[in-house]
Amino acid sequence: MSAPLTSLDRPNSYIGRSVPRPNAKRLLAGRGRYISDLKLPRMLHAAFLRSPHAHARIVVIKTGEARALEGVHLVATGADLAEICTPWVGTLDHFKGMTSSPQLPLPLDRVVWAGQAVVAVVAESRAIAEDALELIEVDYEDLPLVVDIDAARQAGGPVINPGTANNVCFRSQLDSGAVDDAFANAAHVVEEELSFGRHTAVTLEPRAIVADYDPSAGMLTVHHATQTPYQFQDLYSRHYGIPEARVRVIATDIGGSFGMKLHVYHEDMAVVGLSILLGRPVKYVADRIESFVSDIHARDHRVRARMALDAKGEILAMDVVDLTAIGAFSTYPRTSVVEGNQVIRLIGGPYRFKNYRATLEVLFQNKVQTSQYRAVGHPIACAVTERLVDMAASKVGLDPFAIRALNVIADDAYPQTSPTGYRFEALSHQVCLKRLHQMMNYDALRAEQADLRKRGVYRGIGIATFIEITNPSPAFYGVGGARISSQDGAILSLTPSGEVRCMISVTEQGQGTEAIISQIVADQLGVAQEHVKVVTGDTEVTPHGGATWACRGAGIGGETALQATRALKRNILEIAALILQEQPSALDIIDGQVVDATTRNQRLPISEIARIAYFRSDTLPPGTQAQLTVSHHFAPQGYPFAFTNGIQGCVLEVDVETGFIKLLMHYVVEDCGRIINPMLVDEQLRGGVVQGLGAALFEECRYGDTGQLMNGSLADYLVPMSVEMPDIEIAHVETPTADTALGAKGVGEAGTAAASACVLNAVNDALAPFGATINSIPITPTIVLKALKRF
Amino acid sequence: MSGFDQALLDEADETVRVRLIVNGRKVACEVAPRETLVDCLRNQLELTGTHAGCEMGACGACLVQLDGRAVHSCLMFAVQADGAEINTIEGLTESGVMADLQAEFHRRNALQCGFCTPGMLINAQELLSQLAQPSREQIRDALSGNYCRCTGYEAIVDAIDAVAKARSGGGGAT
Ligand code: FES
Ligand code: FES
Repeated sequence: MSAPLTSLDRPNSYIGRSVPRPNAKRLLAGRGRYISDLKLPRMLHAAFLRSPHAHARIVVIKTGEARALEGVHLVATGADLAEICTPWVGTLDHFKGMTSSPQLPLPLDRVVWAGQAVVAVVAESRAIAEDALELIEVDYEDLPLVVDIDAARQAGGPVINPGTANNVCFRSQLDSGAVDDAFANAAHVVEEELSFGRHTAVTLEPRAIVADYDPSAGMLTVHHATQTPYQFQDLYSRHYGIPEARVRVIATDIGGSFGMKLHVYHEDMAVVGLSILLGRPVKYVADRIESFVSDIHARDHRVRARMALDAKGEILAMDVVDLTAIGAFSTYPRTSVVEGNQVIRLIGGPYRFKNYRATLEVLFQNKVQTSQYRAVGHPIACAVTERLVDMAASKVGLDPFAIRALNVIADDAYPQTSPTGYRFEALSHQVCLKRLHQMMNYDALRAEQADLRKRGVYRGIGIATFIEITNPSPAFYGVGGARISSQDGAILSLTPSGEVRCMISVTEQGQGTEAIISQIVADQLGVAQEHVKVVTGDTEVTPHGGATWACRGAGIGGETALQATRALKRNILEIAALILQEQPSALDIIDGQVVDATTRNQRLPISEIARIAYFRSDTLPPGTQAQLTVSHHFAPQGYPFAFTNGIQGCVLEVDVETGFIKLLMHYVVEDCGRIINPMLVDEQLRGGVVQGLGAALFEECRYGDTGQLMNGSLADYLVPMSVEMPDIEIAHVETPTADTALGAKGVGEAGTAAASACVLNAVNDALAPFGATINSIPITPTIVLKALKRF
Repeated sequence: MSGFDQALLDEADETVRVRLIVNGRKVACEVAPRETLVDCLRNQLELTGTHAGCEMGACGACLVQLDGRAVHSCLMFAVQADGAEINTIEGLTESGVMADLQAEFHRRNALQCGFCTPGMLINAQELLSQLAQPSREQIRDALSGNYCRCTGYEAIVDAIDAVAKARSGGGGAT
């Protein structure tokens, strides 16, 4: 491994080292401080009455009895909150022609999904608030509803948003040209329609918020289990008309987020309003069924795709139609079309063909909103592409590895631009393919598979190549008019006793942000990691930034920390030089000591520099103003995104009698550029893979004909548990991005991006002797048995 | 609302005095009969290390030791625990009985957000008290009631495996 920035032999070299996370000890001791744990003086509790109907007019709401219940402080309807909260619209300007209706914390006259919050009660305890919900009576008048994709598209069918002609939220088309010619001249064409069920994040800690409005100070403090405190500071300020500097959002320990906790939820907006109305802290923690019916869902796509190939098996063209249904509104402020947009742009991403055409149609339906969840669009794009590549391989008579080796963009062919307009700086598909082949011991696996087949054991081997979007620039949301930062900021101080405090805008949800930032700071400054304290997740303290989404923590947050540290180091060495009567360039810092840069002889501890600067500035030369706090911001420039790449493989066994699938082994080769902490990267990958495996085999939000969610509990909605999960072997290739000094790209979504595609290919491989194929996710035992015509 | 039974609300207001030994200390709480043990621990005793993820016995986030055995505190009413001895993650940490498990989880990063972690540790401790040297399969099986959304479970399995070996090799905490 070459690491020009540091060598692991140097003291304080932490970049590239597997060190444990300092903050994990608290969590292991049960000393986490999650928002759901928080109790404030005079705090009240909110609960919400939810709509039993997927689409209905609210005729009348009777709240008298609930208001009269002892312990109830407030019963609020949509109209009450509409007086203080301005509506929001989940569209972005760069998605031309996109529509979505205005939303309010609680609806005024119509409900659009089953489970939508309709009335809020605030009481002394959650139990009393729930008692009061039982006393509220709402008369509804059913409206015609739209549940599935086909119904949403039907001409003359029910229209969800009044005043619109149809249920289309957004349409988009990509065409690089000559697609029809390519198909006409192709030696082989493969085609498939794939469908992807809805699933959801199921963070173990549900959404939680405590809003605390102090009318005397005009100050709103919101303790919010979110990834993106700055975004919410902006939103609460604008929608409730409170000056931004008087809105503070604190996000301490978060019990899982995965993209789910960065959208605006109606209840969260309502809780802020309820606190403003009451002038008291109000807490709301979703329970599990509330999470299932009101957290964002994701996926829900139906994709028809064709691939044209020449006689040798080289890909010539792809032609794709993606239909996706997103619920009754588009989410705010990131919109619900990002997933579809990424599906059509990521399809075919690893491959070298030129002719591409795609149509995206995003539709409304009477269900809860879908939106960004870990690896937005990636698993769908990857499954569509990799399924077609496997189908093509069998048609052309090539091995799955061979057809990929023939078609991936060569490692020496960068920079490259994809037919969908993505610019790739440098990827490593060829190396990754070779590594995976070795790692899986592929030839032996195939031999074993053939042997076992003779004995009636059906194993499948599946591989999937992927790319992942990381380090997003303003091209992601900023150009669409969203106030979502792509820059991050850090404030770094040398304390009077010579320790370092780093306040940074990237946030921690357990992926290890605080650990890697302290590693970077310690490494770049030349101090021990335990002398660096990292502070995250408080808008009053940490500088404004994008925080953690779309795999930007290490790549953008890490670069911010690196540059800030270099600036602080320059300042420290300048003062040291004055004290030591040296040139700053002749000095360095190792282990908290200023040393002679060439001989490494110790000259002065940095604690001594801090002491002099803070307490004895009189001894410094006249005119010296020591700057031992630096603030620094960094926004990505150069490539709009830092793409990563990799490949995954899996081995599984299908029981053709029962349809059950047993995962045996999973492999990942991944290139996320410079690795800061290999252990954390591996664990991110494993966690991501397991989320992809859950999607592949178990997870689906199932709706009935009337738009009711049928499996809104952890007993009915299957999540991957340890006993069903395989061991996951991981290898790395490192191609640092040249856009930053750090060279890091993201890795949080790579695991999820390709895991379900691998499983889809492996199951189809296992079923090949039966001529059975599967084209939908999740792959449940019923689906397997249906494909085998045994059900 | 018509049909709503006012008597139910009155009942909800009633409280019962329960006495427990929590983390080695005698405590008494006034609880409503409908209050679960996890709510009592978290809200009344402010022992927020015990988490609630599903409140139906499916996720394992709420595991505590009750009279020495791991139980789901979400599946039990506080009144049912009257007279019991309960250890939560806070008490188990202070007493040091699973310091080796905690250290191994830390060393291997067998946690991310940490929300499942107290329940995982209590389950791991239970497993190792029943089975000194479980196989990896047995560990995975024993953890099948503990949901973790963040990790891929593998580091957790590795950590428990390592502690099992260290403990049965002697020298480990018991
Ligand atoms: S909260 Fe008790 S098992 Fe989930
Ligand atoms: S570490 Fe987050 S749920 Fe297990």
